[in-house]
Amino acid sequence: MVVLVGNPNAGKSALFNALTGARQKVGNYPGVTVERKSGRMAFDDGRPVELIDLPGTYSLDPASPDEQVTRDVLFGRQEGERRPSALVVVMDATNLDNHLRFALQLVGLGLPAVVALNMVDMAERDGLEIDTARLAAELGVPVVSTVAVRRRGLDELRAALDRAVSSARAPAFPAAAEPGNLQALQRRARTIAKAATHQRVAARAWTERLDRFALHPVLGPIVLAGLMFVMFQAVFSWSQWPVDRLADLQGWLGDQAIAHLPDSLLRSLLVEGVINGVGAVVAFLPLILILFAFILVLEASGYMVRAAFLMDRLMAGVGLSGRAFIPLLSSFACAIPGIMATRSIDDPRDRLTTILIAPMMTCSARLPVYSVIIGAFIPARSVGPGIGLQGLVLFVLYIAGIAGAMLAAAVLRRTVARGGGGGFLMELPKYQMPVLRDVAIGLWQRAIVFLRRAGTVILAVTAVLWVLTSFPQVPAGSATKQSEYSVAGRIASTLEPVVRPIGFNHGMALAIIPAMAAREVAVSALQTVYSIDASDDEKQGQARLAQRLQGAWSLPTALAFLAWFVFAPQCLSTIAVIRRETNGWRWPAFTLAYLFALAWLAAGATFWTATALGL
Amino acid sequence: MRLDQLPLNQPSRIAAVDWQGLGERQARRLRELGFDDGVHVEALHRGAWRGPIACRLGRMVIALRRAQAAAVQVEPA
Repeated sequence: MVVLVGNPNAGKSALFNALTGARQKVGNYPGVTVERKSGRMAFDDGRPVELIDLPGTYSLDPASPDEQVTRDVLFGRQEGERRPSALVVVMDATNLDNHLRFALQLVGLGLPAVVALNMVDMAERDGLEIDTARLAAELGVPVVSTVAVRRRGLDELRAALDRAVSSARAPAFPAAAEPGNLQALQRRARTIAKAATHQRVAARAWTERLDRFALHPVLGPIVLAGLMFVMFQAVFSWSQWPVDRLADLQGWLGDQAIAHLPDSLLRSLLVEGVINGVGAVVAFLPLILILFAFILVLEASGYMVRAAFLMDRLMAGVGLSGRAFIPLLSSFACAIPGIMATRSIDDPRDRLTTILIAPMMTCSARLPVYSVIIGAFIPARSVGPGIGLQGLVLFVLYIAGIAGAMLAAAVLRRTVARGGGGGFLMELPKYQMPVLRDVAIGLWQRAIVFLRRAGTVILAVTAVLWVLTSFPQVPAGSATKQSEYSVAGRIASTLEPVVRPIGFNHGMALAIIPAMAAREVAVSALQTVYSIDASDDEKQGQARLAQRLQGAWSLPTALAFLAWFVFAPQCLSTIAVIRRETNGWRWPAFTLAYLFALAWLAAGATFWTATALGL
Repeated sequence: MRLDQLPLNQPSRIAAVDWQGLGERQARRLRELGFDDGVHVEALHRGAWRGPIACRLGRMVIALRRAQAAAVQVEPA
């Protein structure tokens, strides 16, 4: 097993993708929240070797989980991981002074090692000439120039690695971490870098010219706001076509099932539960992929760090750091990757606060709920040039989530997550053209995670819900509604007194319980409830959900339902991720409590205000 | 002069860093990124409303808050 290790921004992941292609597995190290990315590559004679992409770190001090894992893997102490037989130390050729320090530390471990001097094309463009022979002599290990994104130098790297692995005696394993004098290493690194680099012309033209706009105190925020606007615009307008096609497919599957299967409970389960329930969720895949495509491109290009720089002042106002911007932006697609992205936040208090507020960002799972309710209750009229009332309401819901999150952060930072922090320290890497292949691999991984969720959790919940709402069946001639008589109905009846004051009815109480599994389920749950009561055939039930809701709910009730979904922590997967990321039940329990309290108050305030206004 | 007061685009050198004042965690991060006596430094961008500053440090560009930059003493290169 060979590990790739190096500083962040050294192009490690690009090198990993180039060496292993799509043959990758992403998992987690047991007990910690660090991603384990492994893949296979083959030497020239066909011998396979497992390659592990360790998280990018600046040193071997076990300060963050990432560094802890890197260190444990290198010392052969990581549970469930063999000790590596060789290292590939990845360095950014344009930033030798700094990356060499970590490289010296790594080479000093005594494992067979090869240095990949990555991004040599950028160094050339910057007018840097690097003497790799000199570098190899100073480090005592082979140095290979690579350009991972253009797949240059890969064969040479593989060959050098092959030689390093084969010629090595049983590696003398370092007994303990030699803490090393950071400052002394740093100075040695600078001396070596100076000796091995020849600067021809001083130029860093590109990045500097772009940054003059991107980081400008006035233009910078305007550019950022423009990009965000285009992003959200694209998410909704570009996704229209694929979402419609998926809906067509879902309708067609339903028709086929109805046409070819006899009318039975099984067919009803298949159509109402499986096809409509899961379909309602899968329909949002294009939306999520477009949002993630933007985020991945912004990250790969180096712009995301600039966005963090611009947002730092604003975030500092509520006690957070600019770094929190990146996970929070991801949370608009889904809070789960957002919460996982908080790992890059150094300060534990900053990180905790970001985790606790991430569920308030309007994730894509809320969209099915929002769009059904808005479609049914908000008239599609214009309130100004190019501004529709429906869109405006949607916008207000997004803003409500952001405002709630900022307010919560300010309060949390002064109470449960007090102290520490106060820092923002980030490297601004050079801009780079994103590589299509890397973006595609990232999107593919997201799509798989999402579809797996739809195929397991959501499928199971929808099926169970269907059973619970269908049985026991109301005796013929009884006046009781099926949705009240069934098991699910009786459960909802116990919850109803709690949500009655905020304007919720029995059907809504019934819908928010299964929505705990995933918010989108609220839509299919409402559909199931109202179509089971009406005992329509399955096709009609779907078409008439909006009309039925109009008949059953008042406007204040509908608005309260929207306000509820802005805050309610209705997603067990998110809670599970919070548990994993905070290592215990304390913070997920806290999140559930405070967000449900907020949701109840927000829905109540909305309902009471709307009622008082006579809406 | 302190790094947070350094005018933009004026090549300078780090004269001293107040490591104690930064606290252990911050001091380590700054060291890892290459802050050290004698290193070339130049302020490049300043965020609005006393936001963070971006400075060139050796061959890297680093963003940090002004409070952190205040711990770094600079002198003309």
